[in-house]
Amino acid sequence: MIKIEKRNDVPMALYFFTPFIAIILTILGGGIIFYILGFNPIEALKFYFITPISNLYGFSELLLKATPLCLIAIGLSFCFKSNNWNIGAEGQLTFGAIVGGGVALLFYNQEGFYILPLVILAGAIGGMIFALIPAILKTYFNTNEILVSLMLVYVSKLILDYLVVGPWSNPEGFNFPETRQFSDSSRMPLLFEGLRIHAGIFLALAAVMLSWFILYKTYLGFQIKVSGLSLKTAKYAGFKGKTMILVVFMISGACAGLAGVGEITGPIGQLHRMISPDYGFTAIIVAFLGRLNPFGIIFASLVVALTYLGAETAQIFLQIPKYTGQVFQGMILFFLLASDYLLFFKVKILSLKKNELRH
Amino acid sequence: MSLDISFIGILIGSIMASSVPLILAASGELITERSGVLNLGVEGMMIIGAISGFALMVITDNLFIAIVGSMLSGVIISLIFGFLTQSLLTNHVATGLALTIFGIGLSAMLGKNFVGIPGKEFPILFSSLRESIPFFGPILFGHSIVLYFAFALPFLTNYFLKKTKLGLIVRAVGDSPVSASNQGINVILVRYCCILYGGAMCGLAGAYLSLIYTPQWIENMTAGRGWIALALVVFATWSPIKVLIGALIFGGITILQLHMQAIGFRIPVQFLSALPYLMTIIVLVVISRDSRKIKLNTPTSLGRIFYKEK
Repeated sequence: MIKIEKRNDVPMALYFFTPFIAIILTILGGGIIFYILGFNPIEALKFYFITPISNLYGFSELLLKATPLCLIAIGLSFCFKSNNWNIGAEGQLTFGAIVGGGVALLFYNQEGFYILPLVILAGAIGGMIFALIPAILKTYFNTNEILVSLMLVYVSKLILDYLVVGPWSNPEGFNFPETRQFSDSSRMPLLFEGLRIHAGIFLALAAVMLSWFILYKTYLGFQIKVSGLSLKTAKYAGFKGKTMILVVFMISGACAGLAGVGEITGPIGQLHRMISPDYGFTAIIVAFLGRLNPFGIIFASLVVALTYLGAETAQIFLQIPKYTGQVFQGMILFFLLASDYLLFFKVKILSLKKNELRH
Repeated sequence: MSLDISFIGILIGSIMASSVPLILAASGELITERSGVLNLGVEGMMIIGAISGFALMVITDNLFIAIVGSMLSGVIISLIFGFLTQSLLTNHVATGLALTIFGIGLSAMLGKNFVGIPGKEFPILFSSLRESIPFFGPILFGHSIVLYFAFALPFLTNYFLKKTKLGLIVRAVGDSPVSASNQGINVILVRYCCILYGGAMCGLAGAYLSLIYTPQWIENMTAGRGWIALALVVFATWSPIKVLIGALIFGGITILQLHMQAIGFRIPVQFLSALPYLMTIIVLVVISRDSRKIKLNTPTSLGRIFYKEK
């Protein structure tokens, strides 16, 4: 006999433990899929999760990919904590990159210490403006922010496409869909010779610290958390709901914009069509896996970044498409959501008394 | 380029063909959403349908098995979503998103050995009439059976929702799951069925792409059509007939931009491509600012988790 009871309150230890269960189940699931496809599962998983980070270069690549994921997820945590479903971070990233990239292109033949800060600022503002569209429509017209933010992802990608093919395309670029290279003053400084890891990682770390401070030490953070738990309570307490929606979207958009600008001024160095391998969507998984907690998100961004790297390594060594990274990313979220069931419900197996599921 | 009458006929025919996957996927998703479930996994289910259909065609050399198999694969993959959201009470948005990400990845993995294999010609109906009648010929005849089914589907869906008892139950579950449950309706079961039906239609939409529209397997070949289908359901304010009209408009834009590119039209093609998304946002704003209108059109419990204390 299995008996299911609703829990009265969620045990905190279990709340932070289930993501690990999800990761383990994902690795097992991945092994099974590799086995079905005719690969040696142990070997395939080794290529996926160990080979990529077995040297210094790989470790730098891991941090390079974790940086945008962490930044975006930190921003999203503000939205998700307050029950605002911004799923258009990919669009905010793209628009941030467009605005930041536009500024970088203005200075393409100039040098100066002030250029990079300007480019970064422009990127953050770009992302913020783009995130304000679903926020304003939600607050003043009652529209569904999920659909609006999602639609805007495609609009932003088409704007980028138009710019790099048309007015911003490199005049000496033989009609390739890309802009000029940015000047060195618009590039993120590299941290180590020969590695691609750049100063953008400090932006991500600063975002982590700042978000921890805002969420846990300020009145705004308190408002965000209360609104997420119960809208009625928030209204009763007299919180200004509309302002809060605008603020969380602006924070979220700014973070995504920073991630975009970090990519184009970091590893890419120009604007072209493919500036992000869907970091904006994957960061949603990162935010959930990190339990919307700033330090949890650091950990989660490293795990998910590894699925990107692993997919690239597996493509080289096993000749499987690099889209397989998405199989792992999807599975992580599936298993995480499924294991949440244990948080809200107690599963008791009555005939076997010792088997009370309580880790 | 001359705009004679037969050219316009062919143009309309090609617009109809390009709108088929949108009609199928959006009609399926419409039923799912009418039952109160928001499944953002349309793109993932379509791409799984596309690779399953194509793979089965290559393996069995039988188009019927391929079509049915693609629908079945859509059902199977949507079962993951159904189990998570209905039995384990997970958040619809996050689960649907995971389904899309997972589906795109899995399809590429499964389709690895099918890249570059040429497709098979899909039989078309009334091909002789297509040539013999000017203008109307290319519009009405010479299409695959899936196209005729797709164009009948919105009317069938409309009839189902408005005139049948089952349709009434689906709407009741979507609008007020608590009262439906009090009336003795098994809300979870109804929602499961609607999710699986949506999966079947998305699978078929994917198979249309890989077997009929562009008969081959290309990674990520649905290319965002699933998201347009999702937008289309909102654009149509959850009305099946408006889904048909919307799909023709959205399909028309796709075809027109190809032709405008060829003529060298001055409006950037990217602007035309962005139109469906911008139009959807505008429609959303128009229907949402009036709370009465949104109540009339939107399934009230859309995306909310239903849990019945046992």
